Amino acid sequence: MSIGNSSPRREGRAKVTGHARYVDDLVFPGMLHGITVRSAASRGLIQDIAFGPEIDWHDLVVVTAADVPGRNRIALILDDQPCLAEDRVNHPEEPVVLLAHSDRQLLEHARRHVRIDIVPEPPVFTMDEALAARTVVWGDDNIFKRYALERGNVEAAFAAAPIVVDGDYETGAQEQLYIEPNGMLALASPAEGVTVWGSMQCPYYVHKALMSLFALPAEKVRVVQMETGGGFGGKEEFPSVIACHAALLSWKAGRPVKLVYDRAEDMAATTKRHPSRTRHRTAVSRDGRLLAMDVDFVIDGGAYCTLSPVVLSRGTIHSAGPYYCPNVRLRGRAVATNAPPHGAFRGFGAPQSLFALERHMDRVAAAVGLSPDELRRRNFIATGQTSAVGQVMRDPIEMGALLDRAMALTEFQAKRTRFSALNPAQRVRKGIGLAAFMHGAGFTGSGEDHLASVVAVEATGDGRVRVLSSNTEIGQGTNTVFAQIAAAAVGLPEDAIEIVQPDTAIVPNSGPTVASRTCMVVGKLIENAVVALKSELEKVGLPAGGYDADAFRRACADYIDRYGALRATARYQAPPGLKWDDETYQGDAYGTYTWAVYVAEVSVDTTTFETRVDDFVAVQEVGRVINPVLAAGQIEGGVAQAIGWALYERVLWREGRMANAEMTNYIMPTSMDLPPIRVFFEEQPYAHGPGGAKGLGELPMDGPAPAILNAVAHATGADPRSVPLTPESLMSIMGTVHA
Amino acid sequence: MPDPSTGSGQSPSRGSGQAGPFVEISCRVNGEAVALSGHPMARLLDVLRNQLRLTGTKEGCGEGECGACSVLIDGDLVNSCLVPLLHAQDAAITTIEGVAEGDRLHAVQAAFVARGGAQCGICTPGMVLAAVSLLARNPTPSLEDVRVALAGNLCRCTGYARIFEAVLQAYRT
Repeated sequence: MSIGNSSPRREGRAKVTGHARYVDDLVFPGMLHGITVRSAASRGLIQDIAFGPEIDWHDLVVVTAADVPGRNRIALILDDQPCLAEDRVNHPEEPVVLLAHSDRQLLEHARRHVRIDIVPEPPVFTMDEALAARTVVWGDDNIFKRYALERGNVEAAFAAAPIVVDGDYETGAQEQLYIEPNGMLALASPAEGVTVWGSMQCPYYVHKALMSLFALPAEKVRVVQMETGGGFGGKEEFPSVIACHAALLSWKAGRPVKLVYDRAEDMAATTKRHPSRTRHRTAVSRDGRLLAMDVDFVIDGGAYCTLSPVVLSRGTIHSAGPYYCPNVRLRGRAVATNAPPHGAFRGFGAPQSLFALERHMDRVAAAVGLSPDELRRRNFIATGQTSAVGQVMRDPIEMGALLDRAMALTEFQAKRTRFSALNPAQRVRKGIGLAAFMHGAGFTGSGEDHLASVVAVEATGDGRVRVLSSNTEIGQGTNTVFAQIAAAAVGLPEDAIEIVQPDTAIVPNSGPTVASRTCMVVGKLIENAVVALKSELEKVGLPAGGYDADAFRRACADYIDRYGALRATARYQAPPGLKWDDETYQGDAYGTYTWAVYVAEVSVDTTTFETRVDDFVAVQEVGRVINPVLAAGQIEGGVAQAIGWALYERVLWREGRMANAEMTNYIMPTSMDLPPIRVFFEEQPYAHGPGGAKGLGELPMDGPAPAILNAVAHATGADPRSVPLTPESLMSIMGTVHA
Repeated sequence: MPDPSTGSGQSPSRGSGQAGPFVEISCRVNGEAVALSGHPMARLLDVLRNQLRLTGTKEGCGEGECGACSVLIDGDLVNSCLVPLLHAQDAAITTIEGVAEGDRLHAVQAAFVARGGAQCGICTPGMVLAAVSLLARNPTPSLEDVRVALAGNLCRCTGYARIFEAVLQAYRT
């Protein structure tokens, strides 16, 4: 049985030998390099684009908005983002002109001689300025999207409540910092259509954007994923932009064009995690029962809408956390500012709102006089109860057991008591904190119904099964896990399975590689398609019960002999009973949830205000674990990324532009900075996941930041409410420098 | 004078056609004698990738921070994005393509596959070379030795734990 095995990564050998091919490794005959000329201004009207006399421009390919054959928009949700700016710019680094040439040095030189004259208009840089709407930079009121939902009688509950706790919490932008920058190679012409090869998570998003930009039918656009050096959401929607740019250059040049960003450009111009601010007001009884929650969640979307409504949706739904509360009001707003658009990033709004909630819950516990664990234990949502968005929780929920296990593994209570006793005499103080949370797996609400994903499987004459999907391997283990799922479904060893490289000319649209959906949703479709393939083979005498590889091969050969080919497909159908109302925003927000309790132990140096995470325990229920090594790798990597977000990674904004767009001064965790990350799985098989699995890729981003700040609060007695909690920000909170 | 930080990766005789300084050097790459040519300040990273098509050496940052472009020069781990071509004269260079012996993976490579040390794979060539370099200097490293040795190689996927495990397993096998 292949489910539950730590099968080695399928493309592992190619990766460790340097033979795996990424987009920048491709060289086509006659290929040119592309470069992007960007806006220096934050907002304004383009008066003139001047090409300096120092350069012989006939020698270069020059593309502006006037060269777009179809619609000059990046097709996504509202289609408000131009592919190239026309009469105005709305953020620093907005693309205006594209250049191509065979000599990259000359290109860089030429870029510096394109002068874009812009008459500035007043910009908006903060969420408060955007909400005040004295300057309107998008729509009527700077608001991309708002959600408001209410259950019970919130105001009556507050009026009668013995204890009310309120607080504001903030999170900063986070740079993606996948180690492979974004890049695409395009070959495009009016006669042949458009083909791109590149680094991406979602081939059919790119496909849709290219069709619209070039006004081409689906069959004239082809998108091929190359090995992709990290995604995390940063290669969800942005690759459409760079693919459109590379293709425009190639279309005009009549030659292949490669457009690969360098690190500075990738950091300055591509999407980051949305900054956020959350206001909580919570009514609680004297014995620590939640009576009412009022949550106001705001995210900064940057200059164009892109995916902000969907990020806001997930963030808003997760803002009430894994708790039951009879009276709840949740408000969410995504606002426009004149920064480059913020985008998808692991967790997709949930890390922001869960940070606020889980830091707030420690403050509620203190107000009631309960320990952080006990307050949470009294309020965990249970099977049969209804969530803040009206979802009746049907599956087993074991939050109490996860909490028990996390506390036992970390000696939580004993350490909390011991550290509290010892700290007053220490320069380096110790703290321990926890966070409890959940993550909805798959698209929110009716999202999976709209996607209607399709997977295909084919049998070959030599008895192998080929899996065709548009879901990409970006490091998380898609190839390996899909092979394990298919092998288990067909009852053959994994080497009988072939995973086809995503190429829109060959694979059906099984949806994007996002939202912790690849294994759970698409994996289930693979399982279903393989079952359909097997039952088709029964026509040629494959026994429904057991068979060996030889019998399977003979049946495949017979079938192909008789009918020509053997292919089976499976299309997404919602698990029975799921209901979601897009209008009221109520119902089954997710098919299922993963659940977790994380504990961080920290040391805070009260002289330097540095925080170090000494130990980290991650306990989670993620359904059946298909590949323990890969699954633990996802949790460890997500925790590491979240530790960076919590403590180190500060994007320094200067007039809408990232001022520290270098690895030298934007600090991500190195091998010296991370604690042991101890990962524990509780396995509660999910009836509608392949082999019982749920999605788990985003979950580990949600819990570390609040657990760490709760630990810092325990260590210092300070009340940190924003991340990143750098030494400078902790020093300003603690007010004084200890001698 | 071209700015080495932008790196053309192409010989000056191509493209712009501008005459400029030009050197021809000889060195050994993965055990074979090779002749390389270009601007003396051309980045070794670009020369390896473009002239020799050794694309296992990756560019992650171009500023010597991430280590994705790590190679060994005379046994020392260096960021090839910071090494000018001129410095490669007479050097013995090992890239990731020179670590396995034919089809037989180096113990470090095998351990990376077995232990989940590679995820997206883009930092992996540099990580493997950093580990090979460590084990050549210190055949029985402690966990702390491994942490220090890999501190110049950034990984955004793994949280490093499985990379440490892989390196520690490699010397035990």
